[in-house]
Amino acid sequence: MLYNQPHPLEVRLLTRRFGLPNSQSIDTYLATDGYKAFEKSLGMSPDEIINEVKASGLRGRGGAGFPTGLKWSFVPKQSSKPKYIMVNADESEPGTCKDRLLIEYDPHQLIEGILIAGLAVGAQQGYIYIRGEYRYLIGVMDKAIAEAYAHGYLGDNILGRGMRFHISTHSGAGAYECGEESALLESFEGKRGNPRIRPPFPAVAGAYASPTVLNNVETFCAVPPIILQGGAYFAGLGTPKNGGTRLFCLSGHVNKPGVYELPMGFNLMRMINEVGGGMRGGKKLKAVIPGGSSCPVLKAEECDLAMDYDTLAAAKSMLGSGGVVIMDEDTCMVKAALRIMRFYAHESCGWCIPCREGTTWLRKLLQRFHDGGGTRSDIVLIGDLSRNMLGRTFCPLGDAAALPTISIVEKWRDEFEAHLNGVPCPYEKTSRLVTA
Amino acid sequence: MTFSPEMEARFEQFLNKYPPERRRSAMIPMLIYAQDEVGSITDELVAEVARRVGVTPLQVNEVVGFYSMLHRKPLGKYHVQICTNISCLLVGGVELWERACHKLGIGHKEVTANGLVSLEEVECMGACSWAPAVEVNYDFYHDVTPEQLDKLIDGLMAGKTPDEIDAVKRVSC
Repeated sequence: MLYNQPHPLEVRLLTRRFGLPNSQSIDTYLATDGYKAFEKSLGMSPDEIINEVKASGLRGRGGAGFPTGLKWSFVPKQSSKPKYIMVNADESEPGTCKDRLLIEYDPHQLIEGILIAGLAVGAQQGYIYIRGEYRYLIGVMDKAIAEAYAHGYLGDNILGRGMRFHISTHSGAGAYECGEESALLESFEGKRGNPRIRPPFPAVAGAYASPTVLNNVETFCAVPPIILQGGAYFAGLGTPKNGGTRLFCLSGHVNKPGVYELPMGFNLMRMINEVGGGMRGGKKLKAVIPGGSSCPVLKAEECDLAMDYDTLAAAKSMLGSGGVVIMDEDTCMVKAALRIMRFYAHESCGWCIPCREGTTWLRKLLQRFHDGGGTRSDIVLIGDLSRNMLGRTFCPLGDAAALPTISIVEKWRDEFEAHLNGVPCPYEKTSRLVTA
Repeated sequence: MTFSPEMEARFEQFLNKYPPERRRSAMIPMLIYAQDEVGSITDELVAEVARRVGVTPLQVNEVVGFYSMLHRKPLGKYHVQICTNISCLLVGGVELWERACHKLGIGHKEVTANGLVSLEEVECMGACSWAPAVEVNYDFYHDVTPEQLDKLIDGLMAGKTPDEIDAVKRVSC
């Protein structure tokens, strides 16, 4: 059973098998064009595969939005070391819950995407790093992998064509930081999830210091439809330089929260009002986090925009990971900033001092503010501390903590002022919503 | 240290996933699965995993300290994890958390006197569109209402298994 009903405005490409009976089984997969893209790829050169992915305009769905075909092209053609495909299924960006469904409902699509990536860069081994909390998905994935072996799509002589490829799952153990690519690789190697200094990038020195293609689940899942229907077809679904569809995770104060596959460039207000069924209880929209808690927050009047990487960047925010968090007029923005900062302070790996100290002191400041003990100079200090973290850490966690905080303190300064002089949080009563 | 035959088979499988000289990669998967059987990450378990993956106990200990799902102290038979991160906060996650603490008389990472239930306020677990979310051991509960949480906790405290408490939308292993 699906977690939420599909919406007619969806363009279901990656999610087209969701809801089919036994959608996770290889029989259903094979009956619906499964592994046809892989078989087509076997007749293509590595460059042809990479060029098709480049033509699709596919950009990384994990958050950074780097062009996937370009990333693959950075893997050296000649390598004395084995090459690896690494799947980032450490989905932990607050607001994001899409990779879960892609694995749960269509694990073979992910396997096929990994296989095609393997052909494109000449790798023979793939790993799927799944966050520890998603234990049940490791079972789903292991079962699908076993089916793929039994049907000859994995092994030492795939489909009798002499290709060798193996895939294994790998469990994490609870750490947001391990969703960052270099920290994921450290964790995969059995270490603390601290980020690595780059360069070298994973394409050159990733898992075991070997060339590694590391992408998000959704990115790999987009590859089979791209190969089967052509890069141009995928590109045409989205906007220029923002190819295809993507999975948007609607959460918060909407009537129909859920995961919806929509074309890139879909208007955010339509996403809220039509796909999401409008604001809960007829309340007014106040704020939207457009792509997971690391993104600068948008005010309601900024939300009439196209959801693609470039439009969001122009609006000084980010498309991020697809986690669209919708907040109504009764939401206390100081409280939202505090909860987000509590998260980053908890998840900072502690390696870079600006992040470790910055997130902790910001959490304390915001807590004091929300409790009514803030001063006018604290408002300035919150912004200053955040801006001093920007760009001063080895991985993006520091920026991820700073960006939403800066946006909230700049755009909702009046709410901070309303908390001054020991006044209890003016939203405290109304923000305590009762669940429907 | 001895484990069940199932756990030994799992260890074997883990150790075979990686190149032979990269056994250390099996460390975290071994720890998180063994924890379910041993009850917590004990010094003995640390030493055993260190021996099997070919590192020092210190190298395992520094890893254990990093990951929030690896616990040094035993948890309850049912570890109830309640998310209060942003998406859950907006739709009642904090109220669920406070309700559970009040009802059980325990706090963050504490265990009830009968050892049945432990509580943890957790960060985002990837159920944002079906918030507020609760995870009991490795089973997800979605769109949880205060009444459903009561029924779940009451049932667990009465010694029922999650299967016997047919109260809440559940996704399980």
